[in-house]
Order: sequence, then C-alpha cells, then structure tokens
Amino acid sequence: MSSVVDGASPARRGIGRALMADRMGLAGLVLVVSFLLMALLAPWIAPYDPIALDVKARFQPPSAQHWAGTDHLGRDLLSRIIWGARLALGIAITSISIAGAIGLILGLIAGHGPRWLDSILVLIFDSMSSLPMIFFALAVITVLGPGTATLIFVIVLVSFPAYARLIRTQTLALTQADYILAERAMGAGSARIILVHLLPNVAGPLVILICMDIPVVIMLEAGLSYLNLGVKPPSPSWGNILSEGYNALRQAPHVVIVAGIPLVLATLGFTFLGEGLRDVLDPRGAGRRWG
Amino acid sequence: MLAYAIRRLGLSVLILIVVMTAMYGMVFLVPGDPASLALGPRATPELKEALRERMGLDQPILTQILYFFGNVLQGDLGVDVWSRRPVLDQILEVFPNTLILGIVALGWALIMGVLLGCAAVVCRDSWADRLLGVLSVSMISVPSFVVAIYALIVFAVWLNWLPAIGAGEKGEIGSQIRALILPAFAVGIGWVGYLARLIRASLLEVMEAPHIRTARAFGMTERDIIFRHALRVAIVPTISVLAIGFGSILSSAVFVESVFSRPGIGTLITGAVEKRNYPVVMGCVLFMTAFYLLIVTAADLLIARLDPRVRDVLRG
Repeated sequence: MSSVVDGASPARRGIGRALMADRMGLAGLVLVVSFLLMALLAPWIAPYDPIALDVKARFQPPSAQHWAGTDHLGRDLLSRIIWGARLALGIAITSISIAGAIGLILGLIAGHGPRWLDSILVLIFDSMSSLPMIFFALAVITVLGPGTATLIFVIVLVSFPAYARLIRTQTLALTQADYILAERAMGAGSARIILVHLLPNVAGPLVILICMDIPVVIMLEAGLSYLNLGVKPPSPSWGNILSEGYNALRQAPHVVIVAGIPLVLATLGFTFLGEGLRDVLDPRGAGRRWG
Repeated sequence: MLAYAIRRLGLSVLILIVVMTAMYGMVFLVPGDPASLALGPRATPELKEALRERMGLDQPILTQILYFFGNVLQGDLGVDVWSRRPVLDQILEVFPNTLILGIVALGWALIMGVLLGCAAVVCRDSWADRLLGVLSVSMISVPSFVVAIYALIVFAVWLNWLPAIGAGEKGEIGSQIRALILPAFAVGIGWVGYLARLIRASLLEVMEAPHIRTARAFGMTERDIIFRHALRVAIVPTISVLAIGFGSILSSAVFVESVFSRPGIGTLITGAVEKRNYPVVMGCVLFMTAFYLLIVTAADLLIARLDPRVRDVLRG
C-alpha cells in the first residue's frame, strides 16, 4: 500500500537531488548516461568501421591508433565496443518494452479480472519465475535457431512475469484505495483510472524494476552471444567480441580483457542506479526480484 | 503449507508438460523440419528420411507427444540424434560435475555471505558497512561468465596456478579439486554479495527482538549476541532463497562451464542446441526442471518445519 503513496510525485525535484546526494546512485547515473550516449552517438564517435577488416593489423595491443587494440581480423576493438553498446542497449530496451507491455496487460487483467483468473495468472507468474528459465530459453533457441529476433523473444519470455506481478500488486492496492472508489462513484471508467491513476503510481517501482532488469538482460544477451547462440557475428555484440577473444586467449589476451570492461561497467551502472532510485523512491524495497 | 507446496509442485509439473508440448508444437510450426535443419542444406533426401524416421518425425504430432511423455514416465528420455546414445545416460554421466560445482559454489557463497553479513552488522553505519554494501551490489551485478574469463586469464594463463579447462583427471581427487576452484569461484561470487545483503537485513531485523535486548542487558558482546542468538533466527529466510538460488546458480553454471570447457549439463545442452539435437535439449530441460522442483519443494517443507510463522506468510 505504502508504495502507492510513495510512487506519487509530490517532489520530482527532490528525487533528482536525493539521487545526486547518493554517491552510488550518482555513479550509476553517470555510467548509464555515458552508455546511452555511446549507443546513440556510435556512428559519430566510433573511430573506425566496426566490421572493417584489416588483416595486416590483426591482434595489435592497445596503441595510439587503436586505443583498445585490434582483434583477430584487425577490426578496431574500441569501435566494436561502442557499436556493441548500441546493440546491447537496443536489444535490452526493445525486449524490456515488450515484456513490460505484456506484463502491463496481464497484470491489469489479473488485478481487475475475476478472482479465478487472477489466481491462475498469479500461479503462472510464480511458477515461471521459479523454474530454471535459462534451460527453457535454450530449448526455444534450438527450435527457432539463434539470432537477434530469437534472442529478444527469449528475453521477453524470461522477464515478463516480474512486470505482470508488479502491475497486479499495484492494481490491487489501487482498487481498494478510497479516492479510486470516489472516482468510480463519479462515473470514471477503467481506462481513466488506469491512465490517470495506475500508471503514474506504478512509474516509480517500474523504473526501479527496469533498472534492475537491464543488467540481467545485457548479461543474457552477452552470455548467449558468447555461446554463439545469440546475435550472429560479425555484429559487434560484446558477447561476440568476448567469444572471439576467448579463442585467442593466449595469443592476444587484450581482446578479452578489453571486451569484458564495458559489460562490467554497464551492469554495475544500471544496478547502482536502480539501487539509488530504490533508496530514493521506495525505501521499503518493493521492486526486489530474485531467481 | 504442505497443501501450498503440493499445489505449486503440481502446477509446475503442469507447466512443464505445457511447455514441452508447446516446444513440440513449435518444432512443427517453424518452417523446415528438424531433420533437414539438423543435417544442413546438402543432405540427400534419403538421409533426411532416415533421420526423420529415427527421430520419430514420420508419426502424427499427437502420437509423438504422447509417445514422448509415455517414455519419460518410464525413465526413457530418448536417444541422441547423432551418437544414438540414450539421453539419460549422457545426462547422468555429466550431472555430478554440475551438481558438485553448484554445491561448492553455493557453499563458499554461504560461508562468505554469512561472514560478510555479520561483519556489516557488527560495524553497522560505519564506512566499512557502506563499503561492504557497495561491494555486495557489485558482486551481485557483475556477470559470472565475465568473472570466469578474467579469473581464467589471471590464475590459469598468467600465473599458471590452476588448470584452464576440464574437470580434472578421472579418479584423481586432487586434480578434480584444482579444476573446481575457478568455476566455483565465478559461479558463487554473485551469491556472496546477495547472501551478505540478505543476512545483514535479516540480522538487523532480529537485533531489535526482545530476547536480543535482554542479552545486551546481560552485557554480552555484540559478536557473541550475533553468533550465539541472532544468526540462528536470521538464517531461516536464507534457506528458501538458497533453494531458488540453486536454480540461478545452475543457470550461471551453463555459461561458466562453457568458459572452462568443463563437462556438465551446461556444456551438454549448449552443444546440443548448436547441433539442433532436440532429444538431448528436451532431456536436459526436463531433467533440470524436475531436479529443481525437487529442491524448491524440499526447501519449502524444511522451512515449514523450522519456522511455523512462514506458513502464514507463504499462504498469503
């Protein structure tokens, strides 16, 4: 119940200021913004073409020309990492938007619908988040074949229950609130209640959940690409760079070392930001999710 | 509690059946039949037909599904498309490796997590507490397979202290243990952070309890209070988390096993996915889910025994 109250926006400016005061949240914010800029500006800030071959310059360690060195085909690693940010964040944002939309619809159905439907949906959400989903994801990849579309589908499948559960909880809390009853008594329809009251109320916990979910999704994308089951080469996914570097581990360890850094920083950035936001928006930690 | 556990178990089994059926359905909906996909574009029609027959694809879909579940009930998960070895044999051959990896990873995570969590409570609100907080969040969020790769570079390639690949020589405990250290480190590190936070939060709550105040009034030191009285209450919620944690540990094991080319369920299933070896993939999914449901249910029942209050919480 309390998160409904907390999520309201009495002091938007207060949120920003509180986040600035929290050093961990601030570090997260800086990292997230830099990765977002990197993704947006990739075509302009990447010094080289990320898939241009230059076999003569293969396996060069970091230097003035290639700040992060080159890989086994002589491609500039810094450029590949910058374009990789675009890929990683693009996939994460796409799949989380879809998962969020599905979660929103199912959560609303569960929260508003008849009780039997609610209990069925809740049992489904609970059981899905208590199964080892990576194995199901791998099975789906076997059937559909690896690729970006499959990857997004799999990520949506794994992450939508958390969103559905969040929306459902908030919906239930709201339908019992006095001011919603008052609105209804005045003849407000479901659409108005959802748009005007539910969505603004759910925004806080939702943002926290998204911040906590993005690192998981980035990790899943990189991990599956690393196993050659995700984004197909020569696309510069961080996972692809890692897997190509792994094959030349002894010859040119800089490839793997350099490729791991953005992954670590991006996951840290989003988690720190999520933690910071949670401390600011929702001190009781309603957005927590594990397993 | 028992009713809840049984209901959830039943539903999970139901979900498993639905998912397996859906997967079977998807195999048929996707353009291109599995046999030609598995064989590649240059296969002759005869070869394809032979493989289709071997995979049972010439039967109607419903027959296949029923046949599949019938066999599963008899402990038969089918045969590998390529090697023709029974899938269950392959799984049982590598599963102990994954199980040991999971147990050792969770074990060291639990020990370190409890110690760090207690340490944070002992020096709460100091800089050390805040540092431990940042450290645990970092450990939680860094992907385990990146940790695995970095650990491999440092300890196996540069320092040459530990083997880089494999699960050790058969029958040689020493080499098996050496091969286990790096993977277990990488798989467990996220859980060190998570358990440290969990123990810290749950300890802080327990520290407010009346019996702790009494102990304090008797002049016991903070450390004695934590280890003798508070920890045993605070650790109960950890058990259910550990069961769920086992599932996520097995998931990160999938990636970490590949980094270290360590034989296990992870390497088995990822290899099979690449070769579109349906029976092996389905077998692994079924086996792991069944194993996982077993653990979660066992943990539910254990908690109900240890802490009757939990029943009401879980029911609501």
